[in-house]
Formats: sequence, C-alpha cells, structure tokens
Amino acid sequence: MAKKQLRIALRNCGVIDPERIEEYIERDGYLALGKVLTTLSPEATIEIIKKSGLRGRGGGGFSTGLKWEITRKVQADQKYVVCNADEGDPGAFMDRSVLEGDPHSVIEAMAINGYCTGASKGLVYIRAEYPLAIERLKIAMKQASEWGFLGNKILGTGFNFDIEIRYGAGAFVCGEETALIHSMEGLRGEPTVKPPFPSESGYLEKPTNVNNVETYANVPVIINKGWEWFAAIGTEKSKGTKVFALAGKINNVGLIEVPMGTTLREVIYEIGGGLQDGAKFKAVQTGGPSGGCLMEKHLDIPIDYDNLIAAGSMMGSGGMIVMDDANCMVSIAKFYLEFTVEESCGKCSPCRIGNKRLYELLEKITKGNGTMEDLDKLRNLSTVIKDTSLCGLGQTSPNPVLSTIENFYDEYYEHVTAKKCRSGVCKSLMNYIIDPEKCIGCTLCARNCPVNAITGERKQAHYIDPEKCIKCGACMEKCKFGAIFIN
Amino acid sequence: MTKITSIKDLTLLRDELRAKTIARSDKSSPDSIIQVKVAMATCGIASGAKPVMDYLREELEKRNIPARVTQTGCMCYCYAEPTVEVTVPGKEPVTFGYVNTKKADEIIERYIRKGELIEGIIPADYETIDSK
Repeated sequence: MAKKQLRIALRNCGVIDPERIEEYIERDGYLALGKVLTTLSPEATIEIIKKSGLRGRGGGGFSTGLKWEITRKVQADQKYVVCNADEGDPGAFMDRSVLEGDPHSVIEAMAINGYCTGASKGLVYIRAEYPLAIERLKIAMKQASEWGFLGNKILGTGFNFDIEIRYGAGAFVCGEETALIHSMEGLRGEPTVKPPFPSESGYLEKPTNVNNVETYANVPVIINKGWEWFAAIGTEKSKGTKVFALAGKINNVGLIEVPMGTTLREVIYEIGGGLQDGAKFKAVQTGGPSGGCLMEKHLDIPIDYDNLIAAGSMMGSGGMIVMDDANCMVSIAKFYLEFTVEESCGKCSPCRIGNKRLYELLEKITKGNGTMEDLDKLRNLSTVIKDTSLCGLGQTSPNPVLSTIENFYDEYYEHVTAKKCRSGVCKSLMNYIIDPEKCIGCTLCARNCPVNAITGERKQAHYIDPEKCIKCGACMEKCKFGAIFIN
Repeated sequence: MTKITSIKDLTLLRDELRAKTIARSDKSSPDSIIQVKVAMATCGIASGAKPVMDYLREELEKRNIPARVTQTGCMCYCYAEPTVEVTVPGKEPVTFGYVNTKKADEIIERYIRKGELIEGIIPADYETIDSK
C-alpha cells in the first residue's frame, strides 16, 4: 500500500535527540542557514520561499514569502521576527511536538527569516503551559549560540542574530498576531485593527514578521531541497504538507502529516484506522473553535486551505476531531461557543456580546426551550459577528454554529420542534422510562437510584418520576431485563 | 565547544557524524551497537516513558547487551504511547507501542536477543523527505 503520510515539518520528531545539536546537524541541520548566508541574497531567498508556495500553517494561510517580502521592504533601524508558539486550539498540539522534538529547526528558520527580513532579533512567544518545550528550546538556543549558529558573525559571515523567549499565559486570543505582539510588549493581550500590519509596525512599533512554529519547521527543507521539490507536493494553491492532530472517536489518535490534497476519508479511514468500535461516522471538526463540522458528503474533498473554507470550515492550526452518532451537533457547537465566550478578550462588542448571545441561544435549544425563530436568530447573529468583529477570533467564532446548522439542520430542527436529542446528549430532552411489560419488579433500579426517583411495589412494574430524575442512567445500567429505555 | 565558522566545516562535521551513525547500524562495523530510542515528549512522559527509558538503560547494561539508549521527541503515535524504536545492526528500525517495563523486558529478551517479532509493532506508515 502506498504510504499516505509525508513528514516534512515532523521530519526529525521522534528521530533525533532534541537535546543534542549533533543529531540535528547530522540530518542537514543549519545547512540551509549556511547556504542562505553564503550563497543567496535575502531577495533570492524570499523568492525561493515565495515560489515554494508555503502558506502560514497557523491557520490564516497567508503566503509566507510574501509576508517576508513586505517586512523586508519596510525601512527601519530595527526589525523583529517572531515565532508564534501560542498554540491555543483545543485539541491541537503539533507546535508543541515540533518544539519538543526538533527545536533547532525553528531556530534555524527564524535565523533565515531574520536574514531575509533584515532583523537581528528573534522572539519566541510560547505559552507557559509548555514547560518541556520551553526547556528544550532553551537548551537548543544555548547550544546554537555555543556552536555559532546564533550570536554574532554566524558561520563566519557578517550576519548577527539572537533569539529571546517571551512567555504567554495561555490566552487563545494571543495567537492573533497583533494581540500576541501587545502581550509581548507587556500590554493586555488584545488585538488592534489591521492595518497597520505587524510587517509595517509591530513589536515596539518596529516591523515584525510573525510566523507559526510549523511554518518555520518547513523552511530549512525548502532551502535544502529546493522550491521545486516542495511545490510539487500538494494542490494547486496549497503546497507541501499539513500536520493534523487527529483525535476524537478514532482508532489511531495521533499526529499525522499528509500532503495537501489528501482527502478526509484517507485521513480518517486509512491513516486513522477508522472509528473506534466500528462506530458510524457522523462528522469531523477541523480548525478548532474557528472551524466547522464537516459531514459524510465532504469526506472526499481534497484537504487544502481553500477547499476547507469553501466547505464552511477552515484549516486552522490543524485540529481534527472525529465524531460519531453519540455526539450531538448542537452540543458540539455549544462547546465551542463556550470556549469562545471564555476566550474573547472583550474589546469589541460583536465578539464579546454576540458570542455570549449565541451561546445562550444554543443553551436554550439544548434545554428544550428553543423555537424556530431561534434558529433564524442564530444564523443572523452569526453573520453579524463574522462581519463586524475586530479580529480573527470573532470573525471565525460563529463557524461551528453556522457549519452545524448548515450540515446538521435536521438535528437542530428536532431539538426545537420534537424536543428530541437523537444522540442522547442533551439531558433536558431525555426521559428515562420503565416499560411495564418488561419490568418484573426486582427493585434493583430503585435501590440504585441516587435521588430516589423510582417507586413501585415488589414484583410490580416500577415508575420513574421525571421531575425527580437527574438522568444519570444508573437504573438503565443496572436493569437486567432491558426494561428501561430513553425516550 | 569551538564555533563553526564556515559552511565547509559544517558539512565536514555533518559527514563525520553521519558516518558514525551509519557505522552504528552496520553489522560489519566494529562500532555497531543496538540503538534504542524512547519517545520522550510531554505526551510520552505522561504515559510513562521515563521509567521505561530508565529500565531499558539499566537492564541492557545488567544483561550485558551493549546498547545506546537515547531520547527523542514525539513519534506521533499518541494512541500507543509510550513508544520505543529499536534498531538492531543490519536490520530496519522497528517501533513498538504500548511499552511498559514488562513489554520492555520482552523487547530485550525476545526481539533484541532472539530476533523474534513480538506483538505491538507499529508499521512505519509515512514517507520521509529522503524517500520522497
């Protein structure tokens, strides 16, 4: 069988000892930096990155080469390159893995970026919840300085470059580049309107180039193997590979790296080994809180930036959560909205108030109080939030709602009209009922009910009081006669 | 450590390091040695990779099996952590999943000593930048 995965960003993860620079050097480490510094001009290097078609792996998908070029063209006495390691999507952990498994590749790429953009200073913005990644990054930085890959006159050339670490406190919004920069400046982690883009005025109002960890990890390979090699992988507009954190009801939970253009079906069934316990596929969530839920009919679309957006989701940083029939799509949307409400910085009203209202509507529906009018409200409000929010967080936060309404409308409809949750997740909509035909009156259920909601004489059919029942399911688990069912 | 000041030195060093690694896996080389890599990212450590690595180090030494036990980052098989890769000179590397100390003992006694294939092998299902 042809192998579906290709590891570029993860090439050294699980292969080298991240705390020994020799092992990185052995696998062509710092050779790309050497090549760039000694044989290529910054412009020529940017041209290679542009032609390779590399796009930002943090989710935005902006051309990396173009970003570098814009930063290069701005005149300033000091510029900065930043590595965005503030991985905040629930379920995504590829940046941590790269930093823990191959920190030198990020350092090398940041130095290349510094050479290209004219920056002598690099900053890694990493969340403090990643202590091992921070420790290994520090070891790697120390080694790189000792061996002459960081500091002054790198590899005997006139190029000077140094890196510092900045810690984030784990706020989701700080993955947005303007918020990240403010956080590094010691200000509140709030976004500001673009323009000016960080490339023009970023950290300390100096031109600043922000790239994601995974984006950086691709750079040395592009230089070493050539842009043609990289551009030959992937789809027309999305080149190279993407790392996904495959999770949820899937057999092979893990990190995978596939060429762009691989289908969701290949990822889920061939690489992921299918669903656990042979469960039936229902949906796959991509892109975290900014993304959406895709369904069966989307399984054969080739994954790339543009196709995922066209399908109503997005690449995001690469979380991929597989769901089966036991997942209620309204509750899933509610889960993501809860996250967004928690993480919204509160600066702009559409995001701060709008998402809260969205969440309340979803809660109303899952409680069984929703109306058809609420479904229209969800849609309208989502569109308003998308159109009017200040930053990427708010502009994408309604995606989980919109995509689930679009793809799983019948579930919303059932919740609202029949007050029914087919997955049995929304407890307010469930009733445990005893079938009097099957119940023999053994009293086992009544003895196990934690709230004494079950009454009945011995050897007589029992009854569950729906007012008292807390829907814990203990009775159904204990019943040996299958007499208890959920309505 | 003296600094590397030219790309020529860097290339020389790389070649030297590479030759050493190749020698470790080459059965006919006097430097050949069994190589054991333990995935020690946060995820692996949380699943118990550290005691497994310590066990492998101690036991291989106790049982007089010359081996080089090193740590790596994540091998990406989260579902099967802790994961361990073993390279016996002259053979392809083999990755084992769900390794606890009991499994590690089995790897030493049955795979490394006798060359038997045991349960829990994870097939390498990816291309590398060199094979593509």
